[in-house]
Amino acid sequence: MAADERGGQQHANRDKQEVEETAPEASNDLQERQEKISEDVDSMLDEIDEVLEANSEDFVRGFVQKGGQ
Amino acid sequence: MSVWRIMGTETEYGISVPGNPGANAMLISSQIVNSYAAAMHRARRARWDFEEENPLRDARGFDLARDIADASQLTDEDAGLANVILTNGARLYVDHAHPEYSSPEVTNPRDAVIWDKAGEWIMAEASRRAAEIPGTAPINLYKNNTDNKGASYGSHENYLMQRTTPFADIVRNLTPFFVSRQVVTGAGRVGIGQDGRAHGFQISQRADFFEVEVGLETTLKRPIINTRDEPHADPERYRRLHVIIGDANLAEISIYLKMGTTSLVLAMIEERFMSTDLSVEAPVRTLHQVSHDPTLRQLVTLRSGRKLTAVQLQMEYCEQARKFVEDRYGSDVDDVTKDVLERWESVLTRLESDPMTLSKELDWVAKYEILQGYRKRDSLDWDSSRLELVDLQYSDVRPAKGLYQRLAARGRFERITTDERIRQAVDHPPEDTRAYFRGRCLDKYADSVAAASWDSVIFDVPGRESLQRVPTLEPTRGTKQHVQALIDRSRTAEDLVRALTEG
Repeated sequence: MAADERGGQQHANRDKQEVEETAPEASNDLQERQEKISEDVDSMLDEIDEVLEANSEDFVRGFVQKGGQ
Repeated sequence: MSVWRIMGTETEYGISVPGNPGANAMLISSQIVNSYAAAMHRARRARWDFEEENPLRDARGFDLARDIADASQLTDEDAGLANVILTNGARLYVDHAHPEYSSPEVTNPRDAVIWDKAGEWIMAEASRRAAEIPGTAPINLYKNNTDNKGASYGSHENYLMQRTTPFADIVRNLTPFFVSRQVVTGAGRVGIGQDGRAHGFQISQRADFFEVEVGLETTLKRPIINTRDEPHADPERYRRLHVIIGDANLAEISIYLKMGTTSLVLAMIEERFMSTDLSVEAPVRTLHQVSHDPTLRQLVTLRSGRKLTAVQLQMEYCEQARKFVEDRYGSDVDDVTKDVLERWESVLTRLESDPMTLSKELDWVAKYEILQGYRKRDSLDWDSSRLELVDLQYSDVRPAKGLYQRLAARGRFERITTDERIRQAVDHPPEDTRAYFRGRCLDKYADSVAAASWDSVIFDVPGRESLQRVPTLEPTRGTKQHVQALIDRSRTAEDLVRALTEG
């Protein structure tokens, strides 16, 4: 009984260790993925910066349409 | 039935001369259409044939008296504005104060994407040509739906339906679908309210401009379900469902799912397959609320009392559609229907778990990702004019300036077709509808075509006193299979008319 309990506990401890070991890795993966997305978005913004119309305030104010369907 | 049916799109493009907000919109729209027409090198330009047009007929069964109709509803009076029929079967013309491209009739959502995208190419080319005329200021064109100052202009879808389907069934089953489909088909917008007065991002360009549930109008008091009943086909057999609630999309997957899922839902309505009533409380207000919440958490209340998100409401339709297709076809389903179903389910599943993973598929998510990137990098708030500019310029049709166009060229978007296929569709009609006959006639007999429309081609041939009108009332006839040999062996329009009248 006692051995079993101990065994059970040891098992639980091992599980806990595994969780503790894998958790940082998983969060590293997520972080890496987020960093990659962020780099990707940054390079996209750099490209958009180059073509965005100058003087945004005047430009959007000047875009006046008549209603349609 | 499946995603296959006769369908098409119409898009009014935003138009402006940078630095000259007072430019006459009708005039510059005409310049755009005329520039493209001139580039086609046709000696004679076919007129639009208005004989079968009846924009005041209402699907509910009565005609609106002409003298009580708003002037903007009278689209059948030829105002002398620029109007051309293209060799791909499309119509390029000035509608109200915008250049409009109406795609040729196609049979499935994949082709709908191809000929809709061909329209973007045609507009970009028209703008480039117009700028070549000495003394003309550059004219910019935008595939969007609002100026963020109170004006909206449409991008409509058309679906041919069986006349026997009661209109009330369409209204009941389609309204909840239209209230919720924006989570897939929205083009994204900076600004809340018709004039964009409140600051923020919303899913749809068009949602705030819808004010009633059902109606005939398209320019004021816009209805979720439009009742215009002008089939451009045999009215005994068909109705054309004129859908005015969609956003103008640039992303191919957005257009594809917009057309494909709607066609599939219509098939379920026609075959009375919809088993549960998904009617929503206060559909107009709910439409606005769903659009205003890009976190997708807004709850929709059904008349049954049930509450669910717009994504979950779409999942209800998707699930029914899967059962419907399974029931009708089993494993014998065609590739396009199968693909639409799989993508629809995949998109909805990811909208529930992690919407930003759809930034390479859906317009509103792509736009939202760019805008959030700017907000973070440059610490901008939603009232920033730069964010409004990003929203506008996303839809610029020019390859070098349009944000969608640039990102797509860099391979940033998932695609369902190719540039080669779209480029081919700029000049050539679909092969499996009457657009084939129209397009081929415009190409081969341009000088003898006096007028044309969706349901006719009118020839002016030597030796005949009157004009010869060839009706094309059945959209599934006049296909390559039906008329290719006839057109190939008719050297002139005279030969063709003789073969048609004597044969």
